[in-house]
Amino acid sequence: MTERNAIEARNVVKAFGQGDSAVRALDDVSVEIREGEFFTLLGPSGCGKTTLLRLIAGFEMPTEGVILLDGQDITYLPPNRRPVNTVFQSYALFPHLTVAQNIAFGLEMQGKPAAEVRARTDEMLALVKLETMANRKTSQLSGGQQQRVALARALAPQPKVLLLDEPLSALDLKLRQAMQIELKRLQVETGITFVFVTHDQEEALTMSDRIGVMSNGKLQQVGTAKEIYTRPKNRFVASFIGETNFLTAEAEGGKVRLGSGDVVNFDAPAKGTVTLTVRPEQLRLGPADEAGAIAATISNLVYFGTDTHVHLELADKTELVARVQSPATGDAGFERGGKVGLRFAPGALQIVGD
Amino acid sequence: MAKSSFQVARLPGFSTVALLAFLALYVPILTLVVYSFNSETTMGNWGEFSWKWYERAWDNQAVKDATLRSLIIASFAAVFSTALATMAALGTTRRRSFKGQTFIYVMINQPLMVPEIVTAVALMILFGLIKTITGVHGLGYLILAHTAFCIPFAYLPIRARLEGMDLTLETAAADLYASPWATFRRVTLPILMPGVIAGLMLAFVVSLDDVVITEFVKSAGQDTLPTYMLGQMRRQLTPEINAISTGLLVITVVLLTAFFLLTRKKD
Repeated sequence: MTERNAIEARNVVKAFGQGDSAVRALDDVSVEIREGEFFTLLGPSGCGKTTLLRLIAGFEMPTEGVILLDGQDITYLPPNRRPVNTVFQSYALFPHLTVAQNIAFGLEMQGKPAAEVRARTDEMLALVKLETMANRKTSQLSGGQQQRVALARALAPQPKVLLLDEPLSALDLKLRQAMQIELKRLQVETGITFVFVTHDQEEALTMSDRIGVMSNGKLQQVGTAKEIYTRPKNRFVASFIGETNFLTAEAEGGKVRLGSGDVVNFDAPAKGTVTLTVRPEQLRLGPADEAGAIAATISNLVYFGTDTHVHLELADKTELVARVQSPATGDAGFERGGKVGLRFAPGALQIVGD
Repeated sequence: MAKSSFQVARLPGFSTVALLAFLALYVPILTLVVYSFNSETTMGNWGEFSWKWYERAWDNQAVKDATLRSLIIASFAAVFSTALATMAALGTTRRRSFKGQTFIYVMINQPLMVPEIVTAVALMILFGLIKTITGVHGLGYLILAHTAFCIPFAYLPIRARLEGMDLTLETAAADLYASPWATFRRVTLPILMPGVIAGLMLAFVVSLDDVVITEFVKSAGQDTLPTYMLGQMRRQLTPEINAISTGLLVITVVLLTAFFLLTRKKD
């Protein structure tokens, strides 16, 4: 991975419709995607992530803003003249062509000599392990195989950037997990910049070098999986990625006072009311009479196998969820209505904006 | 269906009505075919099985000329109308819905809506005028007229095929460096092909057995097979007509069967 930008979007706006009824699918989005990285656009449906992908591919033109590829302005270049290929959500394999013909399509359109097309197609078939399927029609393949043909077809012309539009959403869980590993392997092997669109946070966390979290047509935060998970910038990012607890507190010089009246050491940058977030696995539960611990009552217990979710209530009825690893016996030793002493793991508390 | 919904097949007398309807459809055709093998000259009497009328039709120069003319007109009209219908279908489906779309749709299908006799008279007057002014006669007028009324028959299967096509395929082709023309030639047209062939065959069959418009538009000595038969009827009715009709029937059935198989086979 280098520090050069493969893709750069500057102040991109995409509005659909006219006048008052216009909807801003993208609202002033700027992002830099580095050469050779696995970049994921993550967000709920309708957040604008697919629109951004379609703008990079050239299927749509932005209302405002500029899109650069390798520093070149490609904002208004038609899709067939961009060195960018797409793996579509529906795969969009050509039904009248065989697997090999599908993979060769882009190379032929680029006007590559026949020998090179054949060699490259064979190489791609081997890369996605479909050598034996070369002469099948695509309708004779399983979902996972069609997915691999779509990947091979998009990778064959060696694009500068590969765009993937929720390519795994049609697969079942086992296959999806296998394909996640496969995708990451292909990205590392080819060294091509991947821009991956998904609404699945787990997919984003496991595969990406960096993630851009989107909502309401805006880019909320860009960072590595760890940064996004441990240092969410705002309420939306904190709650969309993983599970979390929110607490309202008053910041006062090195300490925060929770709504329950408990005081916790925390270096807030400013005084006044703040929203704090803390992940369920960062809560520590001890004996109720432990010195310095926050008094809490267990309101519910939910067993998840690997861990148990302990629902807690503070003195002011603030609700929190703690995730406790299940011991070998399966019984975490808590019971509903029991009193516990709650502590936060060091560095676990974060201030989030709204 | 799980729910016991209304089923027409359960009504009393359903099979009787169905049977009568089929009889009404096929008994006349069956009679025609059977009597084309009758050795007698008059319809009422059955002599013995014979190929006589087929041989007579085969040896008749007028029948041969009319057949050739019919095939020429139908071939040209089918090709022209299918080409136009393909463009019309692309123009009406490959874009966001626009104002007046229904109007355009009706316009394209005009030959299905306007009574054929009206079109026939209109064409006769217009072409008559052109013939007088230019002095040019020839099959061109008939080909033009047939092309026009064949368009909706070619348009409908092509449009149906286009509407069933995944538009993402064209986006994918563009993404893979195909120019708009290459996308059409390498992706859209091959996928559209069953519809185009179906349209071609339907147009051919419709042109082949047209009587009304041809009768009004043709110049002297431009009889097609159907108008030749109509002319024969006015003189003397022989089972030769039956033989020719059966021949036409066979061509039509073969083409329509091919049409059915083509539209059904893919997806």
